[in-house]
Amino acid sequence: MNTTYSSLDKDRLTDLFQKERKSITGQATPLVNQIRQHALSRFKKNGFPTKQLENWRFTDLTPLLNTEFVFDFSNQSRSMDVGKIFTCDVYDLDTFSITLLNGWFVYQSAPLTKLGNGTIIGSLAKAMEVYPELVDQYFGKAAKTDQYEFAALNTAFVQDGLFIYVPDGVELEKPIQLINIVNADHPVFLQPRHLIIAGKGSKVTLAHCDHSLTHNVSFTNTLAEIFVEENAVVDHYKIQNKGKNSTLITNTFIQQKKSSTVYSNMITLNGGFTKNILDVSLPEPNCRSEHFGLYLVDSNQHVDNQVYIDHIAPDNYSNQLFKGILDDEARAVFSGKVMVRRHAQHTVAHQNNKNILLTDDAKANTQPHLEIYADDVKCSHGATVGQLDPEAMFYLRSRGLCERTARQLMMIAFAGEVVQKISIQALQERIQHLVEKRLKGELSICDQCMLHCNSKEPTAFNIDMSKI
Amino acid sequence: MLNIKNLSASINGKTIISGLNLEVKEGEVHAIMGPNGSGKSTLASVIAGRETFDVDEGTITYMGKNLLDLPAETRAREGIFLGFQYPVEIPGVSIANFMRTAINEKRKYLGLEPLTGAEFLKLMEEKKKMVDIQSKLTNRSVNEGFSGGEKKKNEIFQMAMLEPRLAILDETDSGLDIDALKVVAKGVNKLRRPDNATIVITHYQRLLDYITPDFVHVLYDGRIIKSGDKNLALELEKKGYDWVKKEAPAGV
Repeated sequence: MNTTYSSLDKDRLTDLFQKERKSITGQATPLVNQIRQHALSRFKKNGFPTKQLENWRFTDLTPLLNTEFVFDFSNQSRSMDVGKIFTCDVYDLDTFSITLLNGWFVYQSAPLTKLGNGTIIGSLAKAMEVYPELVDQYFGKAAKTDQYEFAALNTAFVQDGLFIYVPDGVELEKPIQLINIVNADHPVFLQPRHLIIAGKGSKVTLAHCDHSLTHNVSFTNTLAEIFVEENAVVDHYKIQNKGKNSTLITNTFIQQKKSSTVYSNMITLNGGFTKNILDVSLPEPNCRSEHFGLYLVDSNQHVDNQVYIDHIAPDNYSNQLFKGILDDEARAVFSGKVMVRRHAQHTVAHQNNKNILLTDDAKANTQPHLEIYADDVKCSHGATVGQLDPEAMFYLRSRGLCERTARQLMMIAFAGEVVQKISIQALQERIQHLVEKRLKGELSICDQCMLHCNSKEPTAFNIDMSKI
Repeated sequence: MLNIKNLSASINGKTIISGLNLEVKEGEVHAIMGPNGSGKSTLASVIAGRETFDVDEGTITYMGKNLLDLPAETRAREGIFLGFQYPVEIPGVSIANFMRTAINEKRKYLGLEPLTGAEFLKLMEEKKKMVDIQSKLTNRSVNEGFSGGEKKKNEIFQMAMLEPRLAILDETDSGLDIDALKVVAKGVNKLRRPDNATIVITHYQRLLDYITPDFVHVLYDGRIIKSGDKNLALELEKKGYDWVKKEAPAGV
């Protein structure tokens, strides 16, 4: 059953929950429903985050919630051929490909697959039915619903999403690719939920792509919990290419056990309003946690990256590098916080945010932040907001490069520092290609769409020379 | 080839070049010497098309074209090359990629097909040998982390790749030890052809031991106050600039 609301707030959402309680809670385990109930009461108390909160100072949600969103709680995972509406641009990447359409799992053969090595990949809703103990063991243990309003909201309404379980010692050769597609002719509000468990000594690569195949208004609040057990290695890539009327909030909670390694890379190519929240807990020693981000935004796009790294145990290494290029009236926010607790001796933590503004109207707010309670640590943080170096521009032009080419070359080089951190060669090359296309103004959200609608509205990165 | 008449140029309202005349013909090597602040680098920048300087008076004709009408990139494609005194570091842009882009933009301008990857690599290997630069240097980002000598060698390598008609080397010798200086001079000499010309801007006579100029000019207070052959450079080395300054007719 579809339900419509003109403007969203905590009361309306609570009412909606009560009305739809049966469809929402139907497939979940009793423990998940118990966690859900707690999250719902948190959301009922706090509601949506407002600009009064430190982490939302520069990011105003009010206009985005002023829409008659349509909720669909009754849908089920279903079988369909996704290739008919979408093809991935990373075509030579051999992956386990998984698709969510409007927040619901779609599959070719089965909603949940168990591989020969014991790995389970599939729908979270189905996993709650087939492997309830496994889900219960992890679900909600990383997501901090008391501190993050959107995590509370997602948890309150959790129904479906991606479930991955990689047993101890299993190294997955192929990356798992999650394609999250929004395609609806009405404004939808979606809350997919993912649970990823990398067992001891396992190796997992996850590429998570967010796309919209529509220019309609949509609001996605997605949450991923990633559990990285002892000695496990997880690579997590996020590629976001969304329409300008889409709102995307991503919440990623990572919990790392002893001697584990996590690399994450967040590439925002397009998006109306994007907020990426990343929260990493390091409760055990000898871990490596590296997080990179790149955002290329123009027109009035808004992208906000909020990172929190919690060094609880000693001898951990963390590194953050977020870079962005902003054109027109685009806006970027970076708020990164590294917490080094009292017992977290020998912590090494670096944090850096670099922005290039191509116009006077583009704006970047950056707040790198360290909070240190241990005395034997090595920490650094830094932030820059600037223009392309005019000396370098002249140098390139004096060799015969026109201003446009010189500018593109320098922007591609600036972005390259983040792209080069991608360890899968094929993925790195394709993302490099997408970034170059984006910076040359040739990438639109229609590129990967197979629907061939007539309303082609390219969101191009056109550089207006007169403004510089 | 190059004809500068009564040139005056300023930056932020401050006149640096005033009433300068210079003619350079094909096949010639001109050395421009002069004390600090006399306007040598400004002259190089104005010829190359740096917009931070305003041209207030005079003309520059290059191969029959009004040079001052052309943006910096068009001047480069027409065959003008500026060897920078302080080459700029550009992190993330490899020299190979930079040069391939530059050559193909020039070829496009001249109505030629772009070089294929294989053709480009062949050309690059050839030029690397010609100017004695280390093979791995071209895979690195432009000037990033280069020593002073490597930066200048890289300028000469770029010059070899772009095959300019008129090369202006702005204090290419500054900060170089004698070995690096020899490599740079050797490169310049190898690139000399009857149909191209070189302007060497230098503070010291030292470079001119290796690159023999046809003409030596003394730039002082924004204009050329004395011209001569290579012996003038030796005289300047011995006697300094003061005697030339005194000899200079006032107001020229």
